Amino acid sequence: MNPETENVTEIPESTDSSSSPSPIRSTLGGATQDGATATVAGETPASHAKGITITGLNAWYGSQHSVRDFTLPVARGQVTALIGPSGSGKSTVVRCINRMHEEIPGARAEGSVMLDDVDLYGSSVDVVAVRRAIGMVFQKPNPFPTFSIFDNVAAGIKLAGGKGEGNMRDRVEKSLRGAALWDEVKDRLGEPGIGLSGGQQQRLCIARAIAVEPDVILMDEPCSALDPGATLKIEDLVHELKKDYTIAIVTHNMQQAARVADTTCFMLDGQLVEHAPTEKIFSNPDDSRTEEYVTGKFG
Amino acid sequence: MSIETLPRIAARRRRTDQIMRGLVGLGTLIALVPLVLVIYYLLKRGLGAWSADFFTTDPTGNFIGDQGGIKSALLGTIEIVLLASALAIPIGVSVALYLVEFGKRSRFAATVRYFVDVMTGVPSIVFGLFIYVTLVLNGWLGSSFAGWKGAVALGLLMLPVVTRAAEVALVLVPQSLREAALALGVPRYRVVLRVVLPTALPGILTGALLAVARAAGETAPLLFTATIVKDTSFNLNGPMNSLPVQIFNDLQQPSDALVNRAWGAALTLVAMILITSLLARLVAKRSAIR
Repeated sequence: MNPETENVTEIPESTDSSSSPSPIRSTLGGATQDGATATVAGETPASHAKGITITGLNAWYGSQHSVRDFTLPVARGQVTALIGPSGSGKSTVVRCINRMHEEIPGARAEGSVMLDDVDLYGSSVDVVAVRRAIGMVFQKPNPFPTFSIFDNVAAGIKLAGGKGEGNMRDRVEKSLRGAALWDEVKDRLGEPGIGLSGGQQQRLCIARAIAVEPDVILMDEPCSALDPGATLKIEDLVHELKKDYTIAIVTHNMQQAARVADTTCFMLDGQLVEHAPTEKIFSNPDDSRTEEYVTGKFG
Repeated sequence: MSIETLPRIAARRRRTDQIMRGLVGLGTLIALVPLVLVIYYLLKRGLGAWSADFFTTDPTGNFIGDQGGIKSALLGTIEIVLLASALAIPIGVSVALYLVEFGKRSRFAATVRYFVDVMTGVPSIVFGLFIYVTLVLNGWLGSSFAGWKGAVALGLLMLPVVTRAAEVALVLVPQSLREAALALGVPRYRVVLRVVLPTALPGILTGALLAVARAAGETAPLLFTATIVKDTSFNLNGPMNSLPVQIFNDLQQPSDALVNRAWGAALTLVAMILITSLLARLVAKRSAIR
C-alpha cells in the first residue's frame, strides 16, 4: 500500500446496500457528516455503487466564475447525464466530483460534494482515495503509451496500490469483459494499448477505470472523439455498467443523453436549469430554456 | 477571367528566382567546404596514426624512438565522462522533474529556469577555472589535480544541457496521461515515476547522450583540473590523462610523430562522439515509432 493512505477509516456501508461489503477498501478519511441524506435510492440497487450529492457547488478558473451554486444528486446505480452548450460548466462539475479540478492551475471549488455520507472536500480526506473511489473516463482516449493492453488495465490496480483479490490475470480479464473488449483483445494482451482503434482505446480506458472497482464512474464526453459505431458500443456498455456502478456522463449529444440516461440535468452558464427524468427533459421540460435547447433552437 | 487571359510569369521574376536559388545553393556549398575539409584531414592524417599499438600503449614521453599511443588518454576520457554523467544526469533530470511536475509556474521555478539558461551560455573554461579555484588549489581530498575534479567541471558543463533536454521531454508528455493516472487514484510520486518518466525517457536519454558527446570533447575544463599524465590511471583522485588534453599537448610538440599522434587521437575522439550521437539518434528513432 502506498504511504499516503495510512490513517484510513472504512466508509460505513450505507443501510440500503444490498449485499456484500464493498470489494475495494475505501480509504477516505473520516469526514463523515451526520444526518446527511446522501443517497437517492436507485431503482436497481447496485452491489457496491454509491450515490453522489453535490450541494451549493461554486467553481472558478482564476477570476472566471464558471459554476454557480450548483446542486445535484447523482443517484446510486443510475446514469445521470449532464447536457448543455459549450462552456456551460458540465465538465467542470464532473471534475469537481473527483477533485480533478485541482490539477488545473488556478481552478478552485467551494461547496459540498458527498459520496454517500462522506464529504469529499473534508480537510482530512485524501484526494488519492477520492479518485480511487470515483473513476473517470476522459473525452479523448488516453491509454498509457508505454504499457501493453494488459498492463494498461493492470495499471489501475498496481499503480494505485490497491490490494489484489484473486490474481491479476483474472481481474484484468474481468475488467476487459466488463468493458466489452475481451473478445477483441484476448489474443494480443501483450501489444501496446496505443495500437488499438479509437473506440477500442476508449473501452480500454473504461476497463482500466473499472479495474480498481470504484463506486462511481464519471464520463466526460466519452464519445466525442469516436465514430457512430464505436459510440453505440460505448452506450451499450453504459447500460451494462449501471448495474454495478453509479454513472455521471457529460455529453454534447442530446440523443445520447436520451438513450443512456435515467435522469438528465440541463446546464446553462454554469447554473443548473433543470434536472428531471430524461423523458421529461426531452418531452415536456418545465423550463422554456431547456425546451429551446433540446429542440435545437440554440446551443 | 478565363485561363487564356492570365498573365504569363514575367521574365524578370523568373530571373530573380533563379539568381536567388543560385545564391542560397552557393551559401550551402560554402558552408559544406570546411565541414568536408575537417573530415578529410582527420581521416587522412588520423588514420595514418592508427595502429593496434596506438590504442594499447601509453604515451612514453620520449621525443625520439617509441613515443607510445593514447591508451591512457582514451581510458581517462571514458572514466572522466562516465563520472561526469553519473553526477550530471541524475541531478539534471531531478531539476527538470521539479520544474515540470512540481515547480511549474512558481517564482522559484522561474528563477531556476533562468539560471539554467545562463549556465548553458557559460564558457567551458570558466567551469574549469571555478573547479581549479575551489577544488584544485585547496587540495580537496588530499590531491591537487584529479580526475574526479575534471569530472565535476564537465558535470557542471553538462548539467544545464541535460536539464533543458529533460525539461523539454517532460513537457511533451501529454497532460492527459497524467490526468489518466491521477484519476485512477495513483499517488503523484508514482504518476511521475511510473507514467511520466517512462514516457519521456527516450527524449531524456537523447538529451543526456548529446550532453555526453559535448562533454567528451571539452579541453578547457580538464586542462587545469585533471591535467595530463603519461600513464593509464584508474585512481580518480589522481591526475588523469584525457583525449582533448593530450591532443592539445601533442600539437605543441616539435615532433612530426607527436603531431600525427594528435591527429590520431582527434579522429578517435570524433569517432567516439559520432558513436554516442548515433546512439542518441537510434534511441530517438525507436521512440518516434510509438
